[in-house]
Amino acid sequence: MEKYVYIALFAPLLSSLFVALFATRPKILFMGILASLLIGASMISSFILLFYVNAHGALHVKMMDWISAGNLEIPFGFVVDQVSVIMMVTVTFVSTIIHVYSIGYMDHDKSFNRFFSYLSAFVFSMLILVMSDNFVGLFIGWEGVGLCSWLLIGFWYHKPSAAWAANEAFIMNRIADLGMLMGLFLIYWQIGSFQYDIVFASIKFLDISIVTTIGIFLFIGAMGKSAQFPLHTWLADAMEGPTPVSALIHAATMVTAGVYLVIRCGDIYSLIPHIGFAIASLGAFVAVFAASMALVNNDLKRIIAYSTLSQLGYMFVAAGLGAYWIALFHLMTHAFFKSLLFLGAGNVMHAMHDELNIKKMGGLYGSMKATAILMSVASVALAGIYPFAGFFSKDMILEVAFNEGAYFLWFALFIGAGMTAFYSFRLVMLVFFGEKEHTKYGIHPHEAQPFVIYALMPLGLLAVIAGFFEHAFRGFVTKLLTNYDIQIAHGTEVLLIAATLGIAISGISFAIYMYSRGGFSKTLENRFCYKLLINQYFIPKLYELYIMKPFGAISNFLWQKIDVKIIDFSVDMVAKILYTSGEKSRKMQSGNLSDMLRWMVVGIVILLAVAIFYRPIV
Amino acid sequence: MITLTHYLVLSGILFSIGLAGVMRRTNLLMLFFSTEILLNAVNVGFVAVSKYYGDLTGQMFAFFIIAVAASEAAVGLGLLILWYKRNGSVDLTSLQMMKG
Repeated sequence: MEKYVYIALFAPLLSSLFVALFATRPKILFMGILASLLIGASMISSFILLFYVNAHGALHVKMMDWISAGNLEIPFGFVVDQVSVIMMVTVTFVSTIIHVYSIGYMDHDKSFNRFFSYLSAFVFSMLILVMSDNFVGLFIGWEGVGLCSWLLIGFWYHKPSAAWAANEAFIMNRIADLGMLMGLFLIYWQIGSFQYDIVFASIKFLDISIVTTIGIFLFIGAMGKSAQFPLHTWLADAMEGPTPVSALIHAATMVTAGVYLVIRCGDIYSLIPHIGFAIASLGAFVAVFAASMALVNNDLKRIIAYSTLSQLGYMFVAAGLGAYWIALFHLMTHAFFKSLLFLGAGNVMHAMHDELNIKKMGGLYGSMKATAILMSVASVALAGIYPFAGFFSKDMILEVAFNEGAYFLWFALFIGAGMTAFYSFRLVMLVFFGEKEHTKYGIHPHEAQPFVIYALMPLGLLAVIAGFFEHAFRGFVTKLLTNYDIQIAHGTEVLLIAATLGIAISGISFAIYMYSRGGFSKTLENRFCYKLLINQYFIPKLYELYIMKPFGAISNFLWQKIDVKIIDFSVDMVAKILYTSGEKSRKMQSGNLSDMLRWMVVGIVILLAVAIFYRPIV
Repeated sequence: MITLTHYLVLSGILFSIGLAGVMRRTNLLMLFFSTEILLNAVNVGFVAVSKYYGDLTGQMFAFFIIAVAASEAAVGLGLLILWYKRNGSVDLTSLQMMKG
């Protein structure tokens, strides 16, 4: 079985390195196909491992010793257990589809090969992250996906906005990674090991305040990667990258790494339920906060990005309240329908010649039937309508909140569900139905290539049926994760489901009703709450005003005053002294032998004087 | 009675004359003479001290210096003649190619 672990892990690396050799060459179609095949091989291995783990339990592979210095022993080890294999299957499955999709999407891009190299490197880093059996390997993967995210957001680096967004994402993640590093140091300091099994076995013997600190620091890391408030601004700006990147990294896989971390460290968080509750509260806040921003935005990809933020909030609610398997389940179903939604948006963007304003679209159903159907399916799944995937996972999160007696969280998520339904269908209505606004701009939309649509079919299928795997999934992952039972009376449960379905359906109907009649009146746009939402609660402005500007001023001061006036000055001084004294003493070298002899005599006299008068202190 | 001091004073005087010559003269031939005076001033000192201590090393060294001085003079004079043939002068002021 070890060989499948290595194939799953190293096929993407091989793909990345090989394709990188041709990175500067013009498009070679074969590179895209090769990368897709290698990722496909990784996916097949992951599925084989899934069946193996199901039958025989977890698999632990130690490849080699990596760092051994003093008491520090860190092996290159991988663990394929119920949680990591689910992540592996999700990541490789979505990646394979996105690789195939990208062959079509990046068709005309002159950096076609480079794109595939980065994309495969990302898959490799993500697999390291989920498969590592210790925190250091996890951190390496964590930084690796951060790097690939930076490379891919800034893929079109000639656009200043893309370069800016890439840097923003990277810097925000660095801030959070500092928290994560502190957590790791604390773990090593207190326990003396980074291995998961050792850490989780001995964490319960630690002082509760230390465990709390570790939990908080690790969650700060998770907040950065999963773009939770207040480090959330980078995710929406990350939409500057190519759409397959948004689908893979900023919806399906990388941003869920934070949730994965909390699930993986379930043994730590179950000791500190108050921190868990704080995580859940933050999650619920972000779920509503992000959904509200998605309500009014007009940028196709940003709406979906806010939706991702909001769904990550849902996952954190489940993970924070201790329902780890539910969080993981929502992570998986979300990966399917959200990447489908993004890839559909990519098709729309191509058809609209990179126009992103949904107010300028409309009536695309006529020319893009397949994409329209797939995106509608994904939207229904996102809104959480029975029997689509989102219904099962999201509804359970609401029940968890109710079960824990956190009625306020439940209510927030309930409102969030209504908003989700509304904005998803606002998007569908504005893009695919209604007036054909795009004809005014002389755009003739066309459907994507057939193989692109076929590549999306499996995602569409899973977005519909993934929810029915609930029981099998639960039985599988709860072998490792603590089981979580929802103990609500049957009558109440039915009522809750009915209420959630009710608000989702009313959100959808409201969106359909309003936008089939031409949408809201323009006067709403002058209201304060609309301005608040369209400006993202003025948070980017606040960051700019209170963090970036002062920081820029301090940097400028340090540069102009400290660096130029003191450090550079003293360094220049040394050079200047040497230069001037050289210039002055150059005249000694007159070339005249007499002068030289005289200087020689001067030297001799000085040396003699030293020899005679200098007495070393003994 | 001629003591060691006399010899050393003579050596010192000779050395000063040589040094002054090296510093003041611009004629290359004169420079050579001055160098010879310098070397022989040292020789006088060596031999005198050698005699005084009854140690032959100093006298042996004086012979070495004479041999070295002879070969130096031979090579130096050869070069000097070549220089004279080419430039028609053995003045030091004509030798300023290595100006910094």
